[in-house]
Amino acid sequence: MSTDAIALPGTELASQPFVARLHDWVTTVDHKRLGILYITFSLLFLLIAGVEAMLIRIQLIRPHNDFVSPQVFNRLFTMHGTTMIFFVIMPVMFGFANYLIPLMIGARDMAFPRLNAFSFWMTAFGGLLLYFSLAGANGLYGAGNAPDVGWFAYAPLTSQTFSIGHSTDFWILALLVSGFGSIGTAVNIIATVLCMRCPGMTLAKMPLFAWLNLVMAGLVILAVSPLTAAQIMLLVDRYLGGHFFDTQAGGSAVIWMHFFWVFGHPEVYVLVIPAFAFASEIIPVFSRKPIFGYSVMVAATIAIGFISMSVWAHHMFTVGMSSAANNFFVISTMAIAVPTGIKIFNWLATMWGGKIEFKTPMLFCIAFLFQFLIAGLTGIMQGAAPFDWHLGNSYFVVAHFHYVIVGGILFTLFGAFYYWFPKMSGKMCSEALGKLHFWLFIIGFHLTFDFMHIPGLLGMPRRIYTYEPGRGWDTWNFIVTIGVFFQAAGILVFLGNLIWSYFRGKAAGSDPWDAWTLEWSTNSPPPAYNFASRPVVKSRRPLWDFKHPADPDWNYE
Amino acid sequence: MNATSMTVAGARLEWNPPERGRVAMFSLIAAEAAIFTIFVVAYLFYVGKSLTGPTPKDVLSVPVLYTICLLSSSLTIHLAATSLRRGSILSFGLLWVATITLGAAFLYGTAIEWYRLIYNEGFTISTNLFGTTYYSLLGLHGFHVVVGLLSLSIVMVFTLLGSVRSEHAERIDVLSLYWHFVDVVWIVVFTVVYLIGR
Repeated sequence: MSTDAIALPGTELASQPFVARLHDWVTTVDHKRLGILYITFSLLFLLIAGVEAMLIRIQLIRPHNDFVSPQVFNRLFTMHGTTMIFFVIMPVMFGFANYLIPLMIGARDMAFPRLNAFSFWMTAFGGLLLYFSLAGANGLYGAGNAPDVGWFAYAPLTSQTFSIGHSTDFWILALLVSGFGSIGTAVNIIATVLCMRCPGMTLAKMPLFAWLNLVMAGLVILAVSPLTAAQIMLLVDRYLGGHFFDTQAGGSAVIWMHFFWVFGHPEVYVLVIPAFAFASEIIPVFSRKPIFGYSVMVAATIAIGFISMSVWAHHMFTVGMSSAANNFFVISTMAIAVPTGIKIFNWLATMWGGKIEFKTPMLFCIAFLFQFLIAGLTGIMQGAAPFDWHLGNSYFVVAHFHYVIVGGILFTLFGAFYYWFPKMSGKMCSEALGKLHFWLFIIGFHLTFDFMHIPGLLGMPRRIYTYEPGRGWDTWNFIVTIGVFFQAAGILVFLGNLIWSYFRGKAAGSDPWDAWTLEWSTNSPPPAYNFASRPVVKSRRPLWDFKHPADPDWNYE
Repeated sequence: MNATSMTVAGARLEWNPPERGRVAMFSLIAAEAAIFTIFVVAYLFYVGKSLTGPTPKDVLSVPVLYTICLLSSSLTIHLAATSLRRGSILSFGLLWVATITLGAAFLYGTAIEWYRLIYNEGFTISTNLFGTTYYSLLGLHGFHVVVGLLSLSIVMVFTLLGSVRSEHAERIDVLSLYWHFVDVVWIVVFTVVYLIGR
């Protein structure tokens, strides 16, 4: 494990004055630094949106609570949802994609480094714009501050009549601006994966991480663009006196729902496919086996990508569509469960007969498998229109999608942090703190989101700021809120672990997990140029071939 | 472990990954197509749903001449790119100017049409649903023509400065992909607004 003979640029940076280092970070076009900027930015917003979630849950801990006012409650759930989707999970996934894809495919950088920097700063300014609404949204009428129209901002609530002042405009502009950033990053990821691979790495030999992020980028292209179009229409309505969503001039409020969910459902897969990508890299390494059914995994991901474009109106069963439309969206929603199920079986088959190491990243991925299965099952329940007529807009829905986003996506994301932190920082994370984080978070997660299904089944609607006692919701809401404190403690342990390990962690070396993809063949952290010479690969696990020259993978692929 | 040792000895590979500019432009075109799709769907959904006049039949005239201008600019830009590949900078420059002129003529056509609609007919974006969808869809397309013209003009400036050479043909091809896309969108917009919607 010798380091490269070439002197590492960056080692002398530590001695530079703070302003010079800051200048380097702000003007960087290096994919690794931009990746870290993306990740840091989203961790900051994770804290903010997490505090918003805590305030929401404290308000709901008992009936007739008056911890926050109804107006503030509306702002809290709007900002929580918008921030978590657009400024936490999307950027953190882009951050990992940015950092890892060029390393995994043996490239020097992304295809368009300056576009990459542009996209990051667009996303960052979008996030700042959203939170600037707290100070800047008073407007002429002095009404409102943060946006309070809900994260899907149904018409006509967003019209000038019902949303005076500028809070909704900040919401629109924040998503428009960060949307341009997302499209830029997606274009970059597609060009990088298709054009920058090192010699020998055919599409069928790419790490699954690169494959899945390619599909994710394709979905961003096709999903975020409709949102951009819808936001432009909303601006036309609000500023130029247009009538797109103005029901009094013959416009339709329902068409906003269609435009929003044409974005909104593929967006779920934009968020979850990178989570699948993490699991597909971590589970094989800690099971000491190659991934089971590589080509089926790729095919299933592409199938999910296609089908996810045709399921959007299952968010709208309660609006009252024709039975033909209902049937179509029920069937397509059921259909998407098939490729997703295939993936779960493939991960299980990868673990089957493996020599499983229960390190922190693997713990998070195993929890993900169970929790994502349950999230998928409640998804199928609500995919049946008659069932959804009863549970639409209830806490059952809230519990379901948090099961996907927290139980599925956030868990693999934590796994990814523990798995790739040694590569990014050169230091190992503390296993003890990692396990403490895992157990705190899994207890908190299940207390909160398992029990959240029940008040939903008992008829508790989402987005109410308080409720009457004696409806059977009190105990469940109490338990749900208690779970939040466990999760918050877990997050604090996690952040503490990152900071402690960065300064005090033991050196990681280039390949601490004995893994098989190219990013582990260079130093930790990698030098600015990534690889001293361009790698050439012959199989899906180039480092296995390198470590076992007598029994290389290409004999079997 | 040394990154150098990742090279497999004796591996001689034909390695020609696709050109990144082209891939990126196709991705961008896919994103743009999705944006236009939403606007076209909105236009079609709202055809005949305006509660007040005017209707498309009352005010719209079919812009045949300017449509011919825009569509023929696709031909000139294609011929320009071919000339550049052959190394003939002069004919490239002339065809490039022709492309810009045809594009500008189309914009002029839109401008006088909008002037007539706004000042003579009193028909604006807030008049009715037809106005909202008409000006948004044509405005979005016109915006893309403007962006295209700006990019073409930058290339023109570089051509006049003498720094465009035949090795830039690939980049010119990528830019012309965008211009072709703007033309194809116009065919869709023309069909939707002037043939189906009128």
